[in-house]
Amino acid sequence: MLFTDYRQDMANLDTPAKRWWTMALIAVVVVAPVVVGTELESRLALVFITAIGAIGLNLVTGYAGQVSLGHAFFLGIGAYTAAVLGGDPDGRALGYGLDITIWLPAAGLLASFIGLLVAPIATRLRGLYLAIVTLGLVFIGEHFFRDWRNLTGGPGTGRAGPRVSLFGFRFDQRSEVFGIDLSAEVKTYFLALSLLIVLAVVARNIVRSRVGRAFAAVRDRDIAAEVMGVPLARTKATAFTVSSFYAGVAGALLTVHTPFVEPGSFGLLTSVDYLAMILIGGMATISGAIIGAAFLGLMPRVVEEFSGSLPFVGDFFSPSELQSMLTGVLIIVFIVVEPRGLFGLWVRVRNYWKAWPFSY
Amino acid sequence: MAEFFTATVRGLSQGSVYVMLGLGFVIIYRATQVVNLAAPAIMVFGGTITSMAVIGQGWPFALAVLLGILATAALGAFMERLVMRPMVGEPPFSATMVTVGILIVMTQVVNKMLGVQDRQIGLPLSDRSDQLNIGGEVVGTTADGLPIYLRSVTIFHRELLQLAVVVVVVAGLMAYFKWSRSGIAMRATALDQEVALAQGVNVGRMFGLSWAIAGALSALAGVMVAAGQQGALGRTTAFVALKSLPAIILGGLDSVGGAVVGGFVIGLAEAYTKIYQPESLGANFDQVVPYLVMMLVLLVRPYGLFGTPEVERV
Repeated sequence: MLFTDYRQDMANLDTPAKRWWTMALIAVVVVAPVVVGTELESRLALVFITAIGAIGLNLVTGYAGQVSLGHAFFLGIGAYTAAVLGGDPDGRALGYGLDITIWLPAAGLLASFIGLLVAPIATRLRGLYLAIVTLGLVFIGEHFFRDWRNLTGGPGTGRAGPRVSLFGFRFDQRSEVFGIDLSAEVKTYFLALSLLIVLAVVARNIVRSRVGRAFAAVRDRDIAAEVMGVPLARTKATAFTVSSFYAGVAGALLTVHTPFVEPGSFGLLTSVDYLAMILIGGMATISGAIIGAAFLGLMPRVVEEFSGSLPFVGDFFSPSELQSMLTGVLIIVFIVVEPRGLFGLWVRVRNYWKAWPFSY
Repeated sequence: MAEFFTATVRGLSQGSVYVMLGLGFVIIYRATQVVNLAAPAIMVFGGTITSMAVIGQGWPFALAVLLGILATAALGAFMERLVMRPMVGEPPFSATMVTVGILIVMTQVVNKMLGVQDRQIGLPLSDRSDQLNIGGEVVGTTADGLPIYLRSVTIFHRELLQLAVVVVVVAGLMAYFKWSRSGIAMRATALDQEVALAQGVNVGRMFGLSWAIAGALSALAGVMVAAGQQGALGRTTAFVALKSLPAIILGGLDSVGGAVVGGFVIGLAEAYTKIYQPESLGANFDQVVPYLVMMLVLLVRPYGLFGTPEVERV
């Protein structure tokens, strides 16, 4: 590929192949609800939502190098902000019944505000110390979520999510749009999909901009970056703020997708899950985050399908245990064998075919 | 006042669990620069082996603990050889994430071993009458004939045993590192791997040895946790090990003395918060206090109390 100007070089979809395949992918994903059943549709919607969260985590851990085990905390903040602002006013827990245009940005903004408050920790601590302090954040958050029953419904019981309505257009009921009958699941699917596309493009643009280059500089050699003029504290704060915004939005959408959200689902295991997504999918790539989310979201289905055909393993462990073990094994395998994850694998395959027949 | 002393003893004995786990973390970190986040699962594994020997096969308690220690040390060395050895030379963050993968897999395996119900550990001293009461007065008797004390300092025998075990273990480790050949070799590896290699130390074997020692300490910690307040091994026992992370961070990731100090500080903080916590902060606030203490200490000393600051080369 010969690029003749800077814009071409920096473009997101720089080759015709990328352009066509991206359009094809979007077409497939838009048409999918017609073809697949409700269960797979709901699973795909969950994949889109977790992909938003994974992109956020990739921005702070993959691009900016600030290891954050506290992603679940920001997810929880976004989730409960959305649930409170948009929730049923007559329900058991606190709710104000507001429109999606209010609670979705509010969820993202509140989460990013708290991310901003947490960011100075990153300026002071490095590496594993930062990781464990963010882990502490998750536990503190879990404690307060469990305790604040009015807000969260308490452990085990949980509470309902927000009523999704966009200027009166209800997302949680069947209705007719331009003559097509749409169920609630389909609407949630498209809501998640459109938000994912928008936020992924935004993330890609952040990454190829000056801010993104600052992130990469901080990740690689932060003292050298500061010497060159990259403001360390501000860059780290930006990384945390943006990543927490994504986490907040993802958390808010999670409450739309799952009927009841309880405090236990925002603990250490969730943080580890998202970290697994970006590790398996590919650190420091936006597509990698989406691939990782898709992989971890769809793998349980595949494991369920095939657990019958592995008789000896299927006897000892139930499918859900197998899924967890497979996640762990995949993390190990990917880090040891291909540190750049599934996206790195794809790059290798693509380069092989690009250079074919001179692939050596 | 009696409450304060009771809480102190309780905190010290709970802290001794954190000290054991913390020592395991620190030994691995010093040798390999990796934080072994799979420690919770290894700890429960050790406790489960002991429980299976005592309850299932009727072995004497001390022998079962020895079996648990040996089995977990072997597991640690095996995991190091299989999974961590290929990660030598990779950035420590990647290796730490591999231990997270190990944690996920081991948790499933250990949960399968545990079964559905909580397991008992069978400590001979876990009778309700095995306690020492200092001061205070007797105000009556329970239905089993045990006296009820008021305003006395209650020390359980098993807490004293835990403290004694920790003192012996720490002293033993210090003696090992100071005077034994392999202990000195491990210290050399921790200081500078290349130079140790040049001096003829088999660095790979030192890695395996550090994981084995950490495994042995985790097994002991697992037995102590199971014998402690909860008195059982269940699926939630593993989370106790996570509270030892603040202990080592507080003390400094690469400091053995720091692990000891950090473990006791966290144990005491938890115990004191339990009796003095205000209602407004919610129940179980003492579970959160270790992390708050850790954050406060890190604000002042970013590498922990006794950790060595990283030298940054640009």
